[in-house]
Amino acid sequence: MATVELRFSASPEHVRTARLVAAAVARRAGVDESVLDELRLAVGEACSRAVGLHAVHGLTSPVRVTLTEAEKAFTIEVGDDAPSAVAVPQGKPAAEAAEETDELGLAVISGLVDDVEVVADDRGGLIRMSWPTLDASFS
Amino acid sequence: MSKVLEESVDLSLSTRTVGDRTVVEVGGEIDVYTAPKLREQLVELVNEGNHHLVVDMERVDFLDSTGLGVLVGGLKRVRAQEGSLRLVCNQERILKIFRITGLTKVFPIHESVEEAIAATD
Repeated sequence: MATVELRFSASPEHVRTARLVAAAVARRAGVDESVLDELRLAVGEACSRAVGLHAVHGLTSPVRVTLTEAEKAFTIEVGDDAPSAVAVPQGKPAAEAAEETDELGLAVISGLVDDVEVVADDRGGLIRMSWPTLDASFS
Repeated sequence: MSKVLEESVDLSLSTRTVGDRTVVEVGGEIDVYTAPKLREQLVELVNEGNHHLVVDMERVDFLDSTGLGVLVGGLKRVRAQEGSLRLVCNQERILKIFRITGLTKVFPIHESVEEAIAATD
């Protein structure tokens, strides 16, 4: 079960809130202070990407963020409701523009996070990222 | 105490002219929400005939790929006018994002506004 779950309407102004919440929960879970900035950025990128995908596909459903504290790792999942990338409309300028930003965002995530997966779940796309936590005795 | 939970203004922008260079001082957070404001500012400056821009990022607390996209867009615009766009940044966490995405090869990045103003290609 997730430690904290967050659902926000797919608007850019809420991405900052998601970043702050994720960083706060990560700190509490014992993620090293030195990677909190990177974690914050990675979560922001994943949420921005989801917001963009919802806009491109005209979806009104919220973006889903789950923050899960396990024994040795802290995992963040950001889920969207967009159809898989293969189904993205081709040849439309808006879609192309979204794709470009999308690629840059994914490049940042993969550059920052060692343990990252981009998968599809039953609702849409899902970015799963994990960071090690300090010894359990710390908390 | 880390700045993670600290409240800050979204984004601040101010511009000034030094010779034929226009310095844009950016502060706060450049993300998916605030980046359009920066884009607007850069487009307006170029449309007004300011083709040599220096973007001072020393007061930027946060930058994401949306912000990078806006800076790349600005660079394309000034280059179309045979202009330039130089960045000023000494913050390691911001520089890291440019390195990860390979954009350190695209933007001239300077340590100070003075250096950026004095620079020629």
